Amino acid sequence: MAFVPPKESFPGKVFHVNIGTSPRDITFGGENTLPFLSFEGVLPNRPVIAYEVQDVPPQDWPEEVRKPYKDVSHDPALWAKFCRDTFSAEAIALRLTGTHPDREDRSAEDAAKTVKDVLSAVDIPLIILGSNNAEKDASVMVAAAEAANGRNCLIGKAQEANYKTIAAAAMANDHKLIAMSELDINLSKQLNILVTQMGFDRERIVIDPMCSALGYGLEYTYSVMERIRLAALAQNDATMQQPILGDVGMYVWKVKETQAAEADIPQWGSLEERGIAWEAVTAVSLLMAGAGLFIMRHPKAAGSVGKLIEELI
Amino acid sequence: MLIIGEKLSIIAKRVREAMMKRDKGPIQEIAVSQWKAGAGMIDANIGPAEDGGGELMQWMVTTIQEVVPLPVCLDTTNYQAIEAGLQIHRNEWGRPLINSTSNDPERFPMLELAAKYNSHIIGLTVGKGGLPADAEERAGIAAEIMARASEYGVPLEDLYLDPLVLQIATSQDHALKVIKAVKMFQELNDPPMKTVAGLSNISNGCPKLLRPVLNNYFLSLLIYEGLSAVIADPHEVAPTAKTIDVILGRTLYAHSYLEM
Repeated sequence: MAFVPPKESFPGKVFHVNIGTSPRDITFGGENTLPFLSFEGVLPNRPVIAYEVQDVPPQDWPEEVRKPYKDVSHDPALWAKFCRDTFSAEAIALRLTGTHPDREDRSAEDAAKTVKDVLSAVDIPLIILGSNNAEKDASVMVAAAEAANGRNCLIGKAQEANYKTIAAAAMANDHKLIAMSELDINLSKQLNILVTQMGFDRERIVIDPMCSALGYGLEYTYSVMERIRLAALAQNDATMQQPILGDVGMYVWKVKETQAAEADIPQWGSLEERGIAWEAVTAVSLLMAGAGLFIMRHPKAAGSVGKLIEELI
Repeated sequence: MLIIGEKLSIIAKRVREAMMKRDKGPIQEIAVSQWKAGAGMIDANIGPAEDGGGELMQWMVTTIQEVVPLPVCLDTTNYQAIEAGLQIHRNEWGRPLINSTSNDPERFPMLELAAKYNSHIIGLTVGKGGLPADAEERAGIAAEIMARASEYGVPLEDLYLDPLVLQIATSQDHALKVIKAVKMFQELNDPPMKTVAGLSNISNGCPKLLRPVLNNYFLSLLIYEGLSAVIADPHEVAPTAKTIDVILGRTLYAHSYLEM
């Protein structure tokens, strides 16, 4: 008798989320089974990789990942256009790092102007991220959301401390929202409940359960993401049926393995290859855990993950 | 855990009057309120309804489904009334549930209707010989109902076995027997048989203040043993159903889980 693989079918399904504007808009999510198990269910949309761009020159990024952008990273609009034209980026993630009070402390108006510049430079979908300072983000993201009105962006990150303001800004300007909690499945669910209790459509949220790099707690992120996906599919929990974001680059490019010089640790091999591999492996792990949207930095890492997705889907 | 809202019963004066006057207002208000409180199905108990039962059941089902996107549990001993209800039941929100058949030959035609209209059906584990003495007797009757269902062409997954909850004030020893029966029913088939309980009968005849206490604690024990559905007041039991689901790991915990 021929082997028949056991098939699992789930009562739940992940919501579709669409960002950007026609004809370059993209949709992710929509699956009713675990990652890449297309023999069990439907996976209507491919996971998406967004290239990260900053509002200020990335002097906080290690040399290896600054290099590919050295001619354009002084100007976010140019940088975004470069990612689209040179690497065929499907989406851009603009991080407003410079608004952080401990950095350049740029104002909400400056941030809004950057958002407008980037939006006029590229027609692909834009993810707009604050500096991860809950207080400052509340004012910056309101201005950024208004500046991007009508472009169906994904904005964030709404956290427990500021979700009301940021969710309201997303709602008022017709954007999608990233809801972020710190590596805690129950708090992730709770934040989604709180956001939807404000009247925010639960099908317009993307979950960020907080990322971590390979070797630095990746297994925690993996477990939380996997558990979120199982709650969505197996338990049909509508508060957990949003696509998941893996904000990979930011966590990878600050660990020792992506920065230690070959001269210092020769047994670790080429620094460039090591950094790229570190980012790619981290992203692929989270791809397997169920993430549907990635923010990445190195074009070679993003490219190889994109290629893997093509081959697996 | 499916909660079947019990509040649309002819026993309640307000509901009875609305039924007699064909006044949709109170019926729809109660239906909506049960739906919002967490009911997944609405019970329409029209009593024996010997005269004009068919027309009354159709009016009830239509009135309920005009305002609530849920299936209806058709609750009467009147065979014609059940069939009339099934004919016009809107199945897009779920299949109806017949309440009920039993091991009494007079109730077998209900199985015929379940097969004909592709409806779920409750099998109350009593026969002609009076009340079952213990869990074992309930399971024995359940097995006979299952055989009968198969004979009539009702798939076993469409049958909900009801252990017959009795009053704690008069039949205290039956409370534990009912809990045991719920466990035994499931073992009668693979996949396990579905089970349902008419919860509030446990506290029938008890002081008003005690009733929700008895209902909720009893329900939590029944859910623990695997009860699939309960006929109850969703306002009263939804927190228990949700909490037990969290404790048993069927729902992911969040601080606001009771509000979901």
